[in-house]
Order: sequence, then structure tokens, then C-alpha cells
Amino acid sequence: MTVAKEYMEYPMRRYGMDQDFYEWSILFNRKKVQWPNGARVALWITTDLEFFALDQPAKPFKAPGGMVTAYPDLRHFTTRDYGNRVGIQRIWRALDQHRIKSSVAMNSKVAERYPYLVKKINERGDEIIGMGVDQGKLHYGGMDDAVEAAQVTESITTLRKLSGQPVTGWMSPAKSESWNTLKHVKNAGIDYVCDWVADDMPFELTAPDGAGKLWAMPHSSEISDRKIIIDNKHNEDEFVEQIQDQFNGLYAESAKHGGRILSLSLTPYIMGLHYRIKYLNIALGWLMKQKHIWPATGAEILAAFKGQ
Amino acid sequence: MKSDLNLYDYWPYENRPKITWPGGARVAFWVAPNIEFYEINPPINPKRTPWPRPHPDVNLYSNRDYGNRVGHWRMMEVMDKYGVRGSISLSVALLEHHPEIIKACADRNWEFFSHGIYNTRYSYDMDEAQERAIMEDSINSVKKATGQRIAGWLAPALTHTERTMDLLAEYEFLYTCDLFQDDQPQPVNVKKGKLISMPYSLEINDIIVYNSYLATPRRYGQMIKDQFDQLYEEGKESGTVMCIPLHAYAVGHPHRMAAFEEALDYITTKEGVWVTTAREIAEYYYKNCYDTCAADISARKGG
Repeated sequence: MTVAKEYMEYPMRRYGMDQDFYEWSILFNRKKVQWPNGARVALWITTDLEFFALDQPAKPFKAPGGMVTAYPDLRHFTTRDYGNRVGIQRIWRALDQHRIKSSVAMNSKVAERYPYLVKKINERGDEIIGMGVDQGKLHYGGMDDAVEAAQVTESITTLRKLSGQPVTGWMSPAKSESWNTLKHVKNAGIDYVCDWVADDMPFELTAPDGAGKLWAMPHSSEISDRKIIIDNKHNEDEFVEQIQDQFNGLYAESAKHGGRILSLSLTPYIMGLHYRIKYLNIALGWLMKQKHIWPATGAEILAAFKGQ
Repeated sequence: MKSDLNLYDYWPYENRPKITWPGGARVAFWVAPNIEFYEINPPINPKRTPWPRPHPDVNLYSNRDYGNRVGHWRMMEVMDKYGVRGSISLSVALLEHHPEIIKACADRNWEFFSHGIYNTRYSYDMDEAQERAIMEDSINSVKKATGQRIAGWLAPALTHTERTMDLLAEYEFLYTCDLFQDDQPQPVNVKKGKLISMPYSLEINDIIVYNSYLATPRRYGQMIKDQFDQLYEEGKESGTVMCIPLHAYAVGHPHRMAAFEEALDYITTKEGVWVTTAREIAEYYYKNCYDTCAADISARKGG
């Protein structure tokens, strides 16, 4: 038995990273960041508004939350849709109660299907982040470049047209990218993406083929209702506890190392349920009672970061 | 394939020769940070694919990289606070990729051992020359970068061949972390030379606890304390070994640090705990325990 010769070769064994999307950098060696008004922790809440088609391609994999049973999977289709009707209202009421601005990652299909949501987001002054076309239209290594370019254009053009917002943030459906996603979104005028979770602070990305620079924002895959409640099956009060622990850790660190970002990622059909919303209220109430916390959108946080 | 590689003999956990660790300690306690590099586009091993999604699996790749950019430094600070030196399970290519991490650990007199070249290169299906190549690369590269002759091995991503243990003994490794049959070290049956199994853990390993058992951070802290209590109690009879294997990309998140710190505080403030490294445990064992344990195993013949 033997493995191929190339398996024993390491062409990217070198200083720094093994790719050219971003450079190696240690968080604690960077210059300190100062948030507006002396804040020490920026609170970045993102809520996903997703459309899961009944006939999703599920290729090359199924996005988390995708259809499960044989067609037509009405049970999952409607439970996801519940989030876009009921769950999101509960989340928005909770955010309003605690005067928190947030970002909304949105499939362009959702904006087309439910203009009400776009109108409401604009009234609230929240930010729309482009999240592809829908949760079945994934971006992945090996996909056709022209198809991907068309998906990016459809998503961002539609969202800009329907909302009037500049839409400078991008989250790929299922946070999955191809080798060329950064190029396509950069060409479409995107300034930051949410798919890279290597850091607790923004870091610079280089889009391939000379398309230019953009930013990775630290959108958390850990402090999220999907990860903690659905994947890890923790209780709601344990979700609250981990949000508090995250804040406490970041806050303590900020004394020595400068401003930090607490990213809290929400899904309306998960956290917007009747028996869970109370716990979101508890978490938000606790957070907003802390000193030096600054609730803001992704674009606002990045602008403050870049301005120093 | 074989039904059993017979890497060790059955040895009941009762009436064994008593091990007393230095200073009369009951538990030898060590912490094993896995400092790993996962490649974004590795070649594919016939037996295991490195990433669940097509390359580039940017979300998981960056999740792993979080450990090096962010988590490691938090983990190291807490270990400093409690006087715990790490025994590093190292993706050897990280010597080139991130020498800043290597220097920080070497400055603290932490131990390095090999965890393969990358954690995205698996030993499955390697021929003998290929497996020798990763061992020789590991020995030579760590020696060159740190001056340390590595003494231990944890196969990359726990991927082995039938000959792994024999080769380790031939290259004069002192211990392997790949065998989980016991809470005490034990001689490993190798063709020539000597090798011992060093208790590592796939139970209070942060990746197993967080990604397989899906535990909360507080539950993890409690598991560590409960395991320690049991091994501390049994250590009165004969010294035990407790290892906490870590991955900075898991334990190093802000919401998980407090529970880990509390557990370290709990263990390191107890009397009768030898806070040490795997190499020091192995060296002590060879000098004071190996022969009596080997004789006992041989005399009992499994009974």
C-alpha cells in the first residue's frame, strides 16, 4: 500500500498562510481599536431571513435548515417560513425594547417574496446584508464561474433595487464560498463578508484575480442560536449564559487589548419561537445593562474600525 | 487486516506495582495543546476526506485558523497563570507557518511532540518509507527549530498503520499518545526497543466534549474536575496520569475560557499533584516503573 507521491509533498509549507486570501496575523499583536463614545464591546446582532425552496437542489450539500423529507417537505418548508412571518416580529420587538440596531442577512428571494420585510427593515434603520439568492443556491468550490457571477449579481442587484440600501455586506448561503466568491462579490461592490470565522476582529481579505481588497467581519458561528440550541441542543438559559460569558470574556480582554466585537447570530424560526423569545429578551436586557456596550450594524462597526 | 495488533497485554487495573510520582504525588497532570495547521486545499487520502464541503471549505478552515490567530494566546495566558507548561501536539509544518507561536512556547520551556506534518495529511495507506519520512521530518524539523529531540507521537488526526508503534520505537520515541486503554502508562509491545503508552484522552479532550458530546462550557469544566477527583482518589493506591488535550480553536473562545480556567485552578491548587509534561512523565516511568510494571504484566499473563 502506498499513497500518491504528491501526498508526501508540501508546496505551501512556508511562512504565514497556505493561501493568498488573507495574511497571518496574531490578534493580540495588533493596534488597539477604540469604539465610539468609549465603548469597549460592539454588539453586532445579525438575523438571517432565509428562503428554503421545496425543490432545493441540495448540491453539493444541503444548507443547514434545508428540506429533510421526500418532496414536498411541507413540514420544514412551513416551519422555516414561520420565522419570516412570526419569529422575526418577536425578535424585532425584543430588539426595539432594548433599542438595538442590527443587521439582517437576507436572501434576495425573501425580498422579492415578502416586500413587507424590506420596508420594515428600512423603517427600523437596520442594515441588509446580501445572503445570495436563496438557501438552495449555494456557492462552492468547483462551481461554474459564470453561474456564480450570475447568482451574486442577482442577489445584490435585487436587494439594492428593492431596498434602496447600498448593501455592502455579504454572507454566502450556509457560509460556503468557492475559490472565486470573493472576486465576484468584490466586483459587485461588496466591502465585507461574513463567511470567515478566523478572528474576533475584522481582517483584510484579498479577492483573487486582482479584484481588490475587502474585509472579513467576525460573524460568529459559535454564539448563535443555531449552533448552541439546534446543533449543541443546549437549553435556552444555557444560551443566555454563554452569551454572558462571551461578553464577560471580551470585556475583560478589552481593558488591555482595546475594543472587541460580540457577534450574536439569530435565526427567526429558532429564537423567534414562542417558548424561546423570553430568553432572547433576558439576554438582550442583560447585555444592554453592561457598561461600554455599543449596539451597531456590521457596516457601522466596520466603518469605525477602518476609521482609525 | 488483523483482529488485534496486540500492541499491549491485558493488565487488570488492580494490584499493580505501586507508582509514586515525584514528591509523593498521586496524579501526574499534563496539558496537551494541539497546535495544528489544517490546509485549505490538501491532496486527498484514499481513506478519508479532509473537509466535509468541496474545497475551499472556508468556514471550517477559518474556524481551525481561529486557534492560531486568537485562541492560542488566551489558552497560553491561562496556563501561565497556573504554572502549567504545555506538551504540544504539533502539526510540524506550523514551525514554518507560524514561528511566533513556536517561539512563545519554546520561551516557556514547553515540550513539543509530533502530531504529523499537517492535520489534513493522514497516515492511512502510507508505505513504510512514507511513514518513516513523516517521522524523520518531525524529528529533524523540531530539532532544527527548537533544539528539542521530540519524545512523543500522536498520529496526525489519529491515523495509523499496523507498523506505527514499531517505527516509533525504532526512532527512539519514548511514548505514544495514540492508545487509550488505560489511566496509567504501560509498555507497548514493539519489535525492538521500548515504547510506552501515555494516557492522553478522548474523553475530556475539548474537541470530543464540545463537538461530539456537545457539552456546555460549564459542563466541560465539571467533567474535568470529576475526572480529576476520581484519578486523585485512585492515585492513593497507585499513581495515575491525567491529561487535558486542548485545541485552541475550541477552548480558546471567550465564552469557554472561564470554565477551563476554573478547572485548572481546581487541579493545580491540590496537594499531591505533579504538574508536568509528557516527556517528564515518560522519563520518570522508564527510570522508576517500566521494569517492575513489565515484569508484573509478564507474570500475570493477563490474569
